[in-house]
Amino acid sequence: MTDLTDLTLLEAAAALRSGDVSSRELTQACLDRIEDLEPKIHAFLSLTPDLALKQAEDADRQLSEWRREGVDPPSPTWGIPMGIKDVLCLEGVPTTCGSKILEGFRPPYTATSVERLIDAGVVVLGKTNTDEFAMGSSTENSAYGSTFNPWDLTRVPGGSSGGSAASVAANMCYAALGTDTGGSVRQPASFCGVTGIKTSYGRVSRYGLIAYGSSLDTVGALAHSAADLLPIFHTISGHDPLDSTSMPEPVPHVALDGTDLTGLRIGVPKEYFIEGMQGEVETAVHDAVRIFEALGAVACEISLPHTDLALPVYYIIAPAEASANLARYDAVRYGPRIEAEDLRGQYFATRGALFGQEVKRRIMLGTYALSAGYYDAYYGQAQKVRTLIKGDFESAFKEVDLIACPVAPTTAFRMGEHSEDPLSMYLEDVFTLPANLAGVPGIAFPVGFDSDRLPIGMQLNAPHLGEAILFRATYAYQEVTSWHKERPSL
Amino acid sequence: MALTIEEVRHIAQLARLTLTSEEEHRYTEQLSDILDYAGRLSKVDTSAIPPTASVLPLHAPLRPDVIRPCPPQKLILRNAPSDQDGMFRVPPVLDT
Repeated sequence: MTDLTDLTLLEAAAALRSGDVSSRELTQACLDRIEDLEPKIHAFLSLTPDLALKQAEDADRQLSEWRREGVDPPSPTWGIPMGIKDVLCLEGVPTTCGSKILEGFRPPYTATSVERLIDAGVVVLGKTNTDEFAMGSSTENSAYGSTFNPWDLTRVPGGSSGGSAASVAANMCYAALGTDTGGSVRQPASFCGVTGIKTSYGRVSRYGLIAYGSSLDTVGALAHSAADLLPIFHTISGHDPLDSTSMPEPVPHVALDGTDLTGLRIGVPKEYFIEGMQGEVETAVHDAVRIFEALGAVACEISLPHTDLALPVYYIIAPAEASANLARYDAVRYGPRIEAEDLRGQYFATRGALFGQEVKRRIMLGTYALSAGYYDAYYGQAQKVRTLIKGDFESAFKEVDLIACPVAPTTAFRMGEHSEDPLSMYLEDVFTLPANLAGVPGIAFPVGFDSDRLPIGMQLNAPHLGEAILFRATYAYQEVTSWHKERPSL
Repeated sequence: MALTIEEVRHIAQLARLTLTSEEEHRYTEQLSDILDYAGRLSKVDTSAIPPTASVLPLHAPLRPDVIRPCPPQKLILRNAPSDQDGMFRVPPVLDT
């Protein structure tokens, strides 16, 4: 057999089911590969080898019992090693959000999404790197150092789920959980040549996801294909009494059994092809749309007229919510403390010293947008324009079933390229923010390479709770193409 | 929309952040740029548009009011930078 880490999630699941391989062997292979590559990639903030090997042994015991009884495991996730983005709590395991202000924090409970995976037999290898509090598009804002793009170590992996994307791209794990508030699953998936699902707002419980922008935060996952992502989606989705914004609607059981997309209507928004974007990205996305047409879909140009307002709306609403959510870091209940004479001084000293530059910038921006005299002009107005952006999607989905567009204007950029100019970094998110503001799901997947052999990603969006159609369409595309099978040479 | 350094200092007070002088200057410039960009929102006529606070219909779902186990006190205090007698310990809040 080839290297076990070269398998896809579903191939590994099949080998586990037949008994050709054990979860312990898969887990050890991943841990060995991580040890080998981590000095180059830095995808993880902490590793949990003891926990992983114990979970693997438990999974092996259960799998062999099922094999004796002649029954299949309830989910292909059983015994599969995964990475977990370090903004999701796992009881007793360091959870830092990539921030010094949570250094040493060991959560007393586990996030629902993570718990559901563990209950479905997933093996946790460790916590993956992220921009501090998921604020960033490059993973350069991690207080513990950037992750490096496995396709070109001088470039960023995207962000904020850059550690998750890089770990999957480098075959360190079969899949990883990420989160997406403004593009943080889709953009790193695009930059690292993997497939990433951003779920509908409310589809997956946010309990135990450390809050950034509460009206925008979603949990998602990254793997090598839509088929590999589907069992993870099935496992983590669905109502949770511990998150009142998780939807009671049943999770569709999606069956991936064909490439016929006859009758599927795909809209290509003209506003997503802008001046200054990389020509190769534009070409690859249009080529991919033609493949969908060859599979039976009908594509047409559509308009999402308020697209250019998504960026200013997001960079008012997300920082406003962040400034409120991050008020909890007071050095009283968790995290390190910078001592001062009184409590107030302790707040100022600790927060000033232990939050990073981007986090402080967004807290300041949000505090300003919510402050007396400016609330209506900024936060109030942004919420109203958000209604228009949401309305763009509602109108479009009366005419089409899916929206197809680029994930980002460019392929992976160089380390440090945007670090002096926050606004130019924010512009990287211009095609991913609208889905978060509208609450709709999205999937990003590879559709080609540029002349520097960097992966090019494409995005599909569907109506709220319409993940099934994203999986079916992406699966069909990946059945007839092989971009998702390419791997970086490391 | 240009912010002054005094405004930046005021926001930092509201946000409970100690900033270095270098940070005050940098944020004055960067936040002004970002707010300037956000200024395009004011050109949109929203007089007849309701705000969106959440993409979901806002309602408060109820669950049965039953007692559930909660983490033990010791586990919660394990993360505290300072504790005493089963409580979080903080510097004086009131003058004595």
